[in-house]
Amino acid sequence: MSEKTVVRPYGDTTGDGMVQVSFTLPVPHDKRAEGAAVQLANKMGMDPAMLVHAKPIGDGFTFFVVYGRVNHLVDLAKVQVVERDYPLLSAKEVNAVVKRRLRRKLSVVGACIGTDAHTVGIDAILNVKGIAGEKGLEYYRELKVTNLGAQVSVPELVEAARRERADAVLVSQVVTQRDAHLHNTREMSAAFREAMPAGRRPLLIVGGPRFDETMTGELGVDRIFGRGTTPGEVASYLVHALITSREANVA
Amino acid sequence: MTGKLGLDPALVARARELARRAGQPVVDLARSHTTVSVERAVLRLAGVTGADPDGIPWVNRLVDAVVADVGLGHGVAAPVFDALAREGIADVTLLAQKAAAGSVRFAQPSGKAATAARRASRKAVAAGIRSIDRRRAERDRLVKRFGDPARRPWIYLIVATGDIYEDIPQAQAAARAGADVIAVIRSTGQSLLDYVPEGATREGFAGTYATQENFRLMRAALDETSKELGRYVRLTNYASGLCMPEMATLAGLERLDMMLNDSMYGILFRDINPIRTFVDQRFSRQVHARAGIIINTGEDNYLTTADAVDEAHTVTVSQLLNEFFAHEAGLADWQLGLGHAFEINPDVPESFRLELAHALLARELFPDAPLKWMPPTKHMTGDVFRGNLLDGFFNLVGTMTGQGILLVGMMTEAVVTPWLSDRDIALQNVRYVLGAAGGLHEDFVPAPGGFIQARAHRVLGELENLLERIGDQSLLTAIAEGTFGIMKRPADRGKGLDGVARHEADYYNPATEILEQPHE
Repeated sequence: MSEKTVVRPYGDTTGDGMVQVSFTLPVPHDKRAEGAAVQLANKMGMDPAMLVHAKPIGDGFTFFVVYGRVNHLVDLAKVQVVERDYPLLSAKEVNAVVKRRLRRKLSVVGACIGTDAHTVGIDAILNVKGIAGEKGLEYYRELKVTNLGAQVSVPELVEAARRERADAVLVSQVVTQRDAHLHNTREMSAAFREAMPAGRRPLLIVGGPRFDETMTGELGVDRIFGRGTTPGEVASYLVHALITSREANVA
Repeated sequence: MTGKLGLDPALVARARELARRAGQPVVDLARSHTTVSVERAVLRLAGVTGADPDGIPWVNRLVDAVVADVGLGHGVAAPVFDALAREGIADVTLLAQKAAAGSVRFAQPSGKAATAARRASRKAVAAGIRSIDRRRAERDRLVKRFGDPARRPWIYLIVATGDIYEDIPQAQAAARAGADVIAVIRSTGQSLLDYVPEGATREGFAGTYATQENFRLMRAALDETSKELGRYVRLTNYASGLCMPEMATLAGLERLDMMLNDSMYGILFRDINPIRTFVDQRFSRQVHARAGIIINTGEDNYLTTADAVDEAHTVTVSQLLNEFFAHEAGLADWQLGLGHAFEINPDVPESFRLELAHALLARELFPDAPLKWMPPTKHMTGDVFRGNLLDGFFNLVGTMTGQGILLVGMMTEAVVTPWLSDRDIALQNVRYVLGAAGGLHEDFVPAPGGFIQARAHRVLGELENLLERIGDQSLLTAIAEGTFGIMKRPADRGKGLDGVARHEADYYNPATEILEQPHE
């Protein structure tokens, strides 16, 4: 075996296990506070722990920066993530596949649901403007995009999906207080299950910086996209899930 | 500090004239329409308080009852005070309760009854406006007693726990750590509530509900802290969303000092109907003018959705429109915290020089406005180390261009709501930059014809083109076509449209009548 599967953090030497952490303890700054910070670092697996900075902040709080060696190992063979299981296509390729094989425009409906007013995620994926120099789905000639914007209710979303004959519904959730993103997503997927029979339901996709991409089953959606997702990844996934993989199944 | 950019005064005057031409039709529209929230604000000024057992304010119940009987277009003041006289009740809140129970009918009075109802409503509303005047005088006294911050910019910090009783100690701690202005972020979604929640609240999403009681509690706490620090700490909230006029009124009654109040934000970012927004905005600005409140406009938001280089001129156009609408509503220059932001992609070559050019352009176009300088958000990636550096450069632009209000940037923007330590690090960053370079604006003079001047001139040219286009086709069309922040918002769509009515010939609003009279 050529690739190492067990690794440790890297400071400046292979295997040194060095990390840095910063945190605040609710105690005034004194010798005991510094000792408490080192004790916490030790319990986090840092040994030796070097307290490099301690500063009183507010009334009765101290902020610490600690460097140290962690004794934990990471086994790469046991890491569980959702790897991209579809080919990444260019906008041109996406348009070509949709045009040739679907023979109509692929309809996408997007929204932020619940009280979440942060359209930054859905806009990054849908608006022509896109993100990080990559154009959003509105830019794709063969996609018909309906962006409902913020604070859309679930019934409004279902109705819009029906009206637009949505092939896919994209929901963005940024606010995570009291797990609002999870509750909203479950409510959304349940509403679609109730409103439409299995074969007629659009592909349900949620995205947001705080989702766990492995929770699709639990949330009742087809795909979860986490932070840093680009419009191209979403477009490629749509083509894969709605066109190419379905044809493969038939064939 | 004018004249660093060598702007042509004739061009600047022409830009203002174009903004006036684009804005005037919207003012005419605002003067000929009313909204449910304007009418509810009138009732709040007339003394209606409290809410029904479901938490729906009595002002909502009363306006709904009047609208059901006579419609909205006459204004509610005359029908309400006419009913009050007929029922022989003195207390308007009691009338609201009876109306909600269905035991009062409303009619639009005529003749002598109309004259009497108008006079009575004007008397009641005048009492409400007098309380706002008293709160303004009280602020002047406290600022004199405790003093203003020793230097500009004022340091503006946000708290947002959702629980007013958690917000209070955090706000006090932030003030002790150096904040001159505390903003309590509202709960997500409040802008789309068509009523103002009541009482002290402990549950909110990513923010705390704006209520009259929360305003009172926070202002009282900051008065204590101001006394302790020997510096008057200002309090900010939001006059935006569907209840903009009521928020302005409550802010005036509870001596808030600044209010977020943009002319187009609700339209573009909350999909609130454009006419509703402009009508509500005009009334709320008249109240702010009277209450001595500094408004903060929201141009920074355009740059979070559009490109900060390509769209820089739309920010300036919006600033000019905000200025026109504000002056028209009676606000003085010292009350115009016009917004702009440090949102250029840091990977763009010379991004810092571009930021300097834009910030200086705003400074020179509005020399007597405080200007609110907003930190980077769009290009904050979660790399907190890089974020802290960006915030430092943001602070540097702020001090080099003489900004009046500096919203403190958090390196954990887009990661978490600010931690205690995040706020401390952010304030340390501000203190370092202001301490090390606070007087740099005296030495900083861009080279004549150099990069910064050329960029400012170019933005000024682009904004004139845009204002000319808007002038030819009307501001409402420009908004409908997505000129600002990319969003397309037609005038016949959006939330809150059903709460708008054109004035009938006998429309009466005692608050507007008083607020439009010369004062002081």
